[in-house]
Amino acid sequence: MDNHTEIDTKHNHGYGVYILVWLALMALTGITVAVAGINFGKITVATALTIASIKTYLVLTIFMHLRTESKTFRVFVGVALLFLIISFILLFTDYSFIVRN
Amino acid sequence: MSVQHSAAAHIHRDDVASRMGMWLFLFTELLLFGGMFILYSVYRFTHPEDFHLAAKELNTVIGTFNTAILLTSSLTMALSIAAIQRKQKTLSILFQLLTIILALGFMVNKYFEWGAKFHHGIYPGSDTLLSRPSGEILFFGLYYVMTGLHGLHVIIGVVIISFMTVFTIRDVITHDNYVKLESAGLYWHLVDIIWIFLFPLFYLIT
Amino acid sequence: MSNENILNSNGNDVSYLEYKGKHTGILGWLLSTDHKRIGLLYLISLSIFLVVGVIFGFLMRLELLTPGRTIMDPQTYNSIFTLHGVIMIFLFVIPGLPAVFGNFFLPILIGARDVAFPRLNLLSWYLYAIGGLLAIISILIPGGPADTGWTFYIPYSIRTNTNVIPALFAAFILGFSSILTGLNFITTVHRMRAPGMDWFKMPLSVWSLYATAWVQILATPIIGITLLLVGIERIFGVGLFDPALGGDPVLYQHLFWIYSHPAVYIMILPAMGVVSEIIPVFAHRTIFGYRFIAMSSIAIALFGSLVWAHHMFTAGMSDTGQLIFSLLTMIVAIPSAIKVFNWVATLYKGSIDLQPPMLYVLAFIFQFSIGGLTGIMQGVLSVDIQVHDTSFIVAHFHYVMFGGTGFGFFAALHYWFPKMFGRMYNIKLAKRVFWALFVGFNTLYFPMFIMGWLGMPRRYYDYLPEYQIYHVISTIGSWILVPALFLMFGNLIYALFKGVRVTEKNIWGGETLEWQVATPPVHENFIDIPVVTESPYQYKDNELVLQTQEAK
Repeated sequence: MDNHTEIDTKHNHGYGVYILVWLALMALTGITVAVAGINFGKITVATALTIASIKTYLVLTIFMHLRTESKTFRVFVGVALLFLIISFILLFTDYSFIVRN
Repeated sequence: MSVQHSAAAHIHRDDVASRMGMWLFLFTELLLFGGMFILYSVYRFTHPEDFHLAAKELNTVIGTFNTAILLTSSLTMALSIAAIQRKQKTLSILFQLLTIILALGFMVNKYFEWGAKFHHGIYPGSDTLLSRPSGEILFFGLYYVMTGLHGLHVIIGVVIISFMTVFTIRDVITHDNYVKLESAGLYWHLVDIIWIFLFPLFYLIT
Repeated sequence: MSNENILNSNGNDVSYLEYKGKHTGILGWLLSTDHKRIGLLYLISLSIFLVVGVIFGFLMRLELLTPGRTIMDPQTYNSIFTLHGVIMIFLFVIPGLPAVFGNFFLPILIGARDVAFPRLNLLSWYLYAIGGLLAIISILIPGGPADTGWTFYIPYSIRTNTNVIPALFAAFILGFSSILTGLNFITTVHRMRAPGMDWFKMPLSVWSLYATAWVQILATPIIGITLLLVGIERIFGVGLFDPALGGDPVLYQHLFWIYSHPAVYIMILPAMGVVSEIIPVFAHRTIFGYRFIAMSSIAIALFGSLVWAHHMFTAGMSDTGQLIFSLLTMIVAIPSAIKVFNWVATLYKGSIDLQPPMLYVLAFIFQFSIGGLTGIMQGVLSVDIQVHDTSFIVAHFHYVMFGGTGFGFFAALHYWFPKMFGRMYNIKLAKRVFWALFVGFNTLYFPMFIMGWLGMPRRYYDYLPEYQIYHVISTIGSWILVPALFLMFGNLIYALFKGVRVTEKNIWGGETLEWQVATPPVHENFIDIPVVTESPYQYKDNELVLQTQEAK
């Protein structure tokens, strides 16, 4: 870490950070399994997806170094996710209001 | 994707461009699975009861165990990059090998899990499955296609990381030129992210 | 990303056509990572598929000359319209402009020596070639060519016994090729612009290729997985789409169009870029509304992703969904209209020089406007119920895709031909051929609007006698169009070998960077990377202002 050029140190999280993130990911997995047994009614799926999203956020920012990449990369990820989310929303303008079969 | 070039050729090298290309490729992977998640969401929306019943037959213990394996392999992958940045070549190789072993472990579990399902006669087109309500047929159809496609990506990941290990041993990947390893890492983390969503959506609807 | 050729200093002053690298002869082309040579590989292979597609189209028209059987049986007819669609869409129009002219000119236009990933670029072409071969194999092997139409709609595509799987797999591989090209272009535009070339100094065709590349990357995987699922459905009977097993065929249509509607913008956007490139040169005027044209490309890519279900108004969607998609369809017309208005405003008071490229561009504007406006008609729910699955749709689609993209492709070909090959075609003949193409095109497709409105269904082998007059006119149009097309290619191919040599750098008086490099360009485009100081398309008193310091 001492005399590296800028490019080298830019993506340098310490070992400790990675291990902490891993511990957090394992803990979140534990939580999601534990709460799966409880019936929250309609928000059960939402809970599972929220936890999955938090885990994804951790992997994206730390493991995949998105936090230290330039802004362009973060915008890119935003664009890709937006495309996917909009597709879901528009698709459900059909499925939410009709019963086929 | 990125190709070996002779060390003597000190030519324009753009690591940011390489990573950018890799991220763009990951978006296509994301949307490939995105299409499957769209199918899943629609069928779960139209057949909620059947999905609940069918999901009960999946083995939550194996699922959780596999999640832990894959998360750990993501950690070792990240650590191998951290190691190569610190000129710890042997440690980096060790972490890469660990990643490969964990990935193979994931596939072995998967094999037993699928095997058990086949043993009970639950596979696409089987009489047992076809006698069930359509929602359950759809659930298991999605289960096989999505985890199968994910498994295929795990296998591809193993192959890619193996190449990286060879590159590291041969000093193609070094402390000041490790963008290949980084790209392999990005791919591997994406495979992990897909599983982070597959796991609760298939194993934890009870 | 690495390119060993950059080292090769003696490649600097030789034209890319004569450059001798590591490989010579045919291998020097098939293994070349030079974006210009790859562009030409695409041009050759695309032209072959175009000819095949045209022949199939010609045969369809011939069959429809009279009601009942004219020259073929119904099953052959079904296969031929499927092949016409698959070949034209997946093998010609989608790769068309980006793969040929994007590859050849995008790096030059932004002042780069190559694309970001030259080897990946070559791989894209190989994937394209493999996909094309697979499509041809699906025609030849026993079982018969696919007869589903290019849309592969479920449930027919999982019931028919024809070779659907090879056709699906071909489309899948071609999609992959398209994705890799898009990925390459985005990275190239972000990382390899010459010094001084900031975003709003980029030529407009670069903007449109950039917007296209995003659609290629984000939308293509969806069709990839969808077509893969149809294959899996056929082999394993998983039931994800099969209504007999509880699947929803309408969901297949959703997934298919989530890609295939944005795909029409993959097809048209690069052509719009070419039009924006050519108009200022031949009108000798600075482009009107540069930023609006640039931003409308991005807007088209964005809005174009939100309107897919307007292909499914008669498929049984919910009323709410139909209303929302109909509304969004109206919105997507706005950025296209912005472009048309800006082009026309650029022409206003210009000193217009009617060279062949300009003629094709003017035809583009005319035909694209007809195609675009009839598109808005179809976006209206009540009208769509009337015209859905009639030849009105076929007419609309061909006015946009052939009258638009096709003519845009020909415009680009005539515009850049002397730069690419250092030879000039017969201009007089090119102009005459243009008029024949223009007349043939409109005679062929305009009657389809009328008979479609009157109720003639698309894809039908037989029809009622009252439609015959329109079919006869349309078929006569094909007799003008097809010979004109061959004459156009003949003129160009002849010029390739016998045309007048061009060594002048700037034959049309264009002022983007490709006109400041040698004709034909040297192996690495630029001997010194230029420093860009001016916005593109600056004309003062009909005199051009060049884009770089060096040129000043």
